[in-house]
Amino acid sequence: MSILVFAEHDNSTLKAETLKTVAAAQAIGGDITILVAGSNCQSVADAAAKVNGVSKVLIADNAAYEHQLAENISLLVTELASDYEHIIATALSTGKNFMPRVAALLDVTQISDIIGVESSDTFIRPIYAGNAIATVQSLDSKKVITVRSTGFDAVATDGNAEVVVLDIATDAGTSSHVNDELSVSERPDLGAAGVVISGGRGMQNGDNFKLLEGIADKLGAAIGASRAAVDAGFVPNDMQVGQTGKIVAPDLYIAVGISGAIQHLAGMKDSKIIVAINKDPDAPIFQVADYGIVADLFDALPELEAKL
Amino acid sequence: MKVLVPIKRVIDYNVKARVKPDNSDVDLANVKMAINPFCEIAVEEAVRLKEAGTATEVIVVSIGDKSCQEQLRTALALGADRAIQIEAETNLDSLNIAKLLQKVVEEEAPQLVILGKQAIDSDNNQTGQMLAALTGMPQGTFASEVKVEGDKVNVTREVDAGLQTIALNLPAIVTTDLRLNEPRYASLPNIMKAKRKPLVVKPAADFGIDLTARTKLLKVTPPAERQAGIVVETIDELVEKLKNEAKVIS
Repeated sequence: MSILVFAEHDNSTLKAETLKTVAAAQAIGGDITILVAGSNCQSVADAAAKVNGVSKVLIADNAAYEHQLAENISLLVTELASDYEHIIATALSTGKNFMPRVAALLDVTQISDIIGVESSDTFIRPIYAGNAIATVQSLDSKKVITVRSTGFDAVATDGNAEVVVLDIATDAGTSSHVNDELSVSERPDLGAAGVVISGGRGMQNGDNFKLLEGIADKLGAAIGASRAAVDAGFVPNDMQVGQTGKIVAPDLYIAVGISGAIQHLAGMKDSKIIVAINKDPDAPIFQVADYGIVADLFDALPELEAKL
Repeated sequence: MKVLVPIKRVIDYNVKARVKPDNSDVDLANVKMAINPFCEIAVEEAVRLKEAGTATEVIVVSIGDKSCQEQLRTALALGADRAIQIEAETNLDSLNIAKLLQKVVEEEAPQLVILGKQAIDSDNNQTGQMLAALTGMPQGTFASEVKVEGDKVNVTREVDAGLQTIALNLPAIVTTDLRLNEPRYASLPNIMKAKRKPLVVKPAADFGIDLTARTKLLKVTPPAERQAGIVVETIDELVEKLKNEAKVIS
């Protein structure tokens, strides 16, 4: 069997989540090819060539792919699809955007957000905000799959795959990129961080998120937020952890002033250790927390920072 | 312009889904159902486009058994003009849903189709993208802002690293993120008025599409339960536990 894995990247760096998606491809079993589609993305292809267990890297370096518009990428992937039984991408915003389009163009359905592989056609995925785990068999000839990276361990980067340059430029001409407003942060990426500290409505305002920064610095943590904190305008939406935000599973997740709604738990309850700091002893977050402390966060956070 | 809004009847977002004892599926008997929250945002956006004079008609469509008429009526009460129920079994695969919607798009020829980015039951996040592929339209997924300008629509999208704005040629497909708008409540007079708005029922069989299942649900199990944790009294105790018991910090 042959598997095509789509590389998530920003035209310069291969995202760490791709290493976990390759692990899912290895669990399926077969000859693995990575596709790097972008513009001026040679460095990504070089990084992809080092991913363990990958036999070939295809690079489609063209202005049409710079912003990875779904219309153009889906045409590219569909053109390559005949050589592969499985087409796999990470369930991040790029993969979630273009992959169902690929599936429909190939007249197959998609299996989204898998967290486990039973066999080459049977996969495990969470449904209902993670309150149920479904085992699903794909009956289609081709399997189009997105992978929830927190379900798999990253593969090593000691490989040496051959890089093949593709001379393809598919431009649907129906969409164009206008501009990006990207959040700049020195901290580790939320999806890949070993420690995450998140604030909720209890933080009261955006300025108070500074209270999390000292702790995040000491722990090398990423800072996240609940939907309530994002909706209230405390922090930007790309910090949201939950069913509709980012899914994280760090070694340590510290929830500060977060009640623990179903939708938030969906994004973090696979964390190894969960700590809750909340002044309401009845908050649902305490039902999933390994360690909880019932305290006012404005007292607890400075003390925690001082004692780390 | 005409706006089409496909909506889905799902479990109410506040209800914690329970798995059936025989592990065949989630138990939806006697569970409160509602419009999928993302679909509600899609309806709201379409109604706002109409109020702004951009849209002339808002059509809502849902695929499922008779019970989804309840959600269609709710959408009518929120300001949609008319509704279509495609009578079919519930839980069709997304591709089959997209194929049925493609037929509705061909019939109605909307300039804009607005869907939710995902349904909170299946959590697939596929239908809008698939419909875009089948109709050949461009797509603006995970939208937090939609601006129609002439024959284009500018869509600001929520992406991993922040926000991205793209321009799409109309007709186009948009899928909504939570921050696109805050849906209104239906007032009692509007709920009464909605009862008289047109709702047509079309059997899925009439569309001539092969709706054979693409996937087979083998088993549904509850997620692994987390061990009950402990409540510590002091920050000192917390730090000590994290260092020595959990060993997650050093």
